[in-house]
Amino acid sequence: MNPEPHSDLLLSVKNLKVHFQGVGPVAKAVNGVDFKVRRRQTVCIVGESGCGKTVTALAILGLLKQPPAVIAGGEIFFDGLSLFDLPASQMRNLRGKRIAMVFQEPMTSLNPVFTIGDQVGEAVLVHEEVSDDQARRRTIQLLYDVGIVEPEKRLNDYPHQLSGGQRQRVMIAMALACEPDLIIADEPTTALDVTVQAQILRLLKRLKQDKEMAIQYITHDLGVVAAIADHVYVMYAGVVVEQGSADAIFSKARHPYTMALLDSLPTKEKRGQRLYSIPGSVPHPAYRPLGCPFHPRCRYCEPSCEKAFPDFFDYGKGHEARCPVLYKSGVGEKDR
Amino acid sequence: MSTESKPMHFIGAGETFMPPSYSPWAQTWHLLLKNRMALAGLLIFLIFFIVAIIGLIVTGGVDPILDPARVRLQEKLRPPLSLPKTDTLRKEELPALGIYLLGTDDLGRDVFVRMLQGAWVSLTVGFVAVGIAVGIGILLGGLSGYYGRLSIRLYHILFWSLVVTVAGFTFHQRFWAAALLLTVTITAVAWKRRLDSRLLPLPGPLRWLAMPTLQVDTLIMRAVDIMLCFPSFFLILTVVALLPPSIYNIMVIIGLTSWMGTTRFVRAEFLSLRELDFVAAARALGISDARIIFRHIMPNAIAPVLVSATLGIASAMLTEAGLSFLGFGVPPPHATWGNILSDGKAYIFDAPWLTFIPGVVILIVVLAFNLFGEGMRDIFNPKLRERN
Repeated sequence: MNPEPHSDLLLSVKNLKVHFQGVGPVAKAVNGVDFKVRRRQTVCIVGESGCGKTVTALAILGLLKQPPAVIAGGEIFFDGLSLFDLPASQMRNLRGKRIAMVFQEPMTSLNPVFTIGDQVGEAVLVHEEVSDDQARRRTIQLLYDVGIVEPEKRLNDYPHQLSGGQRQRVMIAMALACEPDLIIADEPTTALDVTVQAQILRLLKRLKQDKEMAIQYITHDLGVVAAIADHVYVMYAGVVVEQGSADAIFSKARHPYTMALLDSLPTKEKRGQRLYSIPGSVPHPAYRPLGCPFHPRCRYCEPSCEKAFPDFFDYGKGHEARCPVLYKSGVGEKDR
Repeated sequence: MSTESKPMHFIGAGETFMPPSYSPWAQTWHLLLKNRMALAGLLIFLIFFIVAIIGLIVTGGVDPILDPARVRLQEKLRPPLSLPKTDTLRKEELPALGIYLLGTDDLGRDVFVRMLQGAWVSLTVGFVAVGIAVGIGILLGGLSGYYGRLSIRLYHILFWSLVVTVAGFTFHQRFWAAALLLTVTITAVAWKRRLDSRLLPLPGPLRWLAMPTLQVDTLIMRAVDIMLCFPSFFLILTVVALLPPSIYNIMVIIGLTSWMGTTRFVRAEFLSLRELDFVAAARALGISDARIIFRHIMPNAIAPVLVSATLGIASAMLTEAGLSFLGFGVPPPHATWGNILSDGKAYIFDAPWLTFIPGVVILIVVLAFNLFGEGMRDIFNPKLRERN
């Protein structure tokens, strides 16, 4: 099914599978991921390191290195366009202009030999036919929008002269350059300290409202999710295990993995107690357990979990979780 | 922008108090001023550059101000700083400076004037040869580093052999055959591009044409290895012996036999730079490959290449001097430092200045280039910088 262009649905990823073929068995980094981003919506993809969040983002932008990566199946539709069927040249026009990405590491994501004015200006010039002077004015406006003080003076600064937070602001300015419909932010605040992190989150929230963009926010930090998300997808071992509105996820999580993540979050009530941590570690993408991928670490595990890969169980209002045990027993429903 | 959000982004203490901008080049210059040896090298280089240009002006043309080829047999082997014997010389034979600054050679030619003429040869040989080498090196190294993982497929080889065949037919004036083959080639290429634009593979029976043969990286780096296997001076000697002697041939040959180091350099830089986040960020902005290579990666890779080019200029000058010394270089009567040295060696006891002067000048200029090059290397590499 190819969704209509200009509908409310901006991005839909269907059964995406990305495998990595190295030496040895195939690593199924993304193993059947479905998610949707609607216009003007902030969607958070949450999960531990190595669960396939970044690979999914790179697949959307067509930036996966192939080989070693192989798109083993699935489809991605962006505003009615099937991204895997787009020729490379059209895909390139889409990148930056309609889908932009903000990377995790602001310290290395800017080219050290150019001024930030050059780099933001280039982001404008690549996709739009404007004069250098117009590009310069746009650059100043963009830098102002992202909260760089005195942008006229900072234009001629080199990246090494800026702090991490300022660099991330510049990266966001570059992503905003062509007013994209969707910004994919891949852990943009992970490398920043907490006060700067809060500033960047506020900035993203405000920009989303001002520019009417959708944001796909990739993070492992549930605190960040609580601050900005409209809709949350929890990923584990290359699959989405639970999805729902931010309220549903935080108030009545229905998957043991989500519950465990929430339990391992430090809160005021847990002060003085030993913080919960999920036993074990994320399975290697080439050696995933059969059945439910989370069962070896799950406190509600039943023998049936080792056999069949669970389907989604619907809890209404778009809240779904892949756990038959909790669905049948209703365990945890009252705890939260 | 909404008004209530305005104060938000003026939070962040210290963001207004930033140092003034220094470009990387300004910093390089600042560090260069501190490095005395490199600065001395640069000064000597600049003097040499100016002298070479003056030399070209005063010794070139049909009726030069200072004629390097003027033979005065009665004045042969005069030591430096000697005055001409005005009674035996005709008016036009008198040296324009009124003194033999660096003496005369066995034919009574003014060594100072010949050295001036030779300076321009050394300079152009150095720069043109290294220019060629660096050009090839950047191109091949960049290809190898950025596109190295791509495979050369059977149809690429087929395409190029068709192109060569067409060129061959055209050369032998078989225009019909050439036109036919050209049509076939263009049709095939157009068809392949259409398949590509629709993301279709080759149809089944033709799939073997897409068989990968070599990787681009393998091809280029093995070519480098092969070139490095030749003792390049003897390769140059052989080629020079086959080609008519001319200064341009020398430049091109030295250039074509010294690109391997630069290629390896550029490849290594590209391999590490292309994995960096800013390249990924540039790609995520939809910037084209060519622009990424030349605008984003190249400026970051160029510093060590320039250093090796500076050192390469010195070695190209030495090679030219060596070739001229052996008599394979620039043909006489044109003077170069190498052939002045070579001409002088027969009189090394009677007129030591004939060998001493060009030898010392070559030494000083090559040393200056090496000092400057190594100084720049220290500046561009912070790890080496800390040692001093």
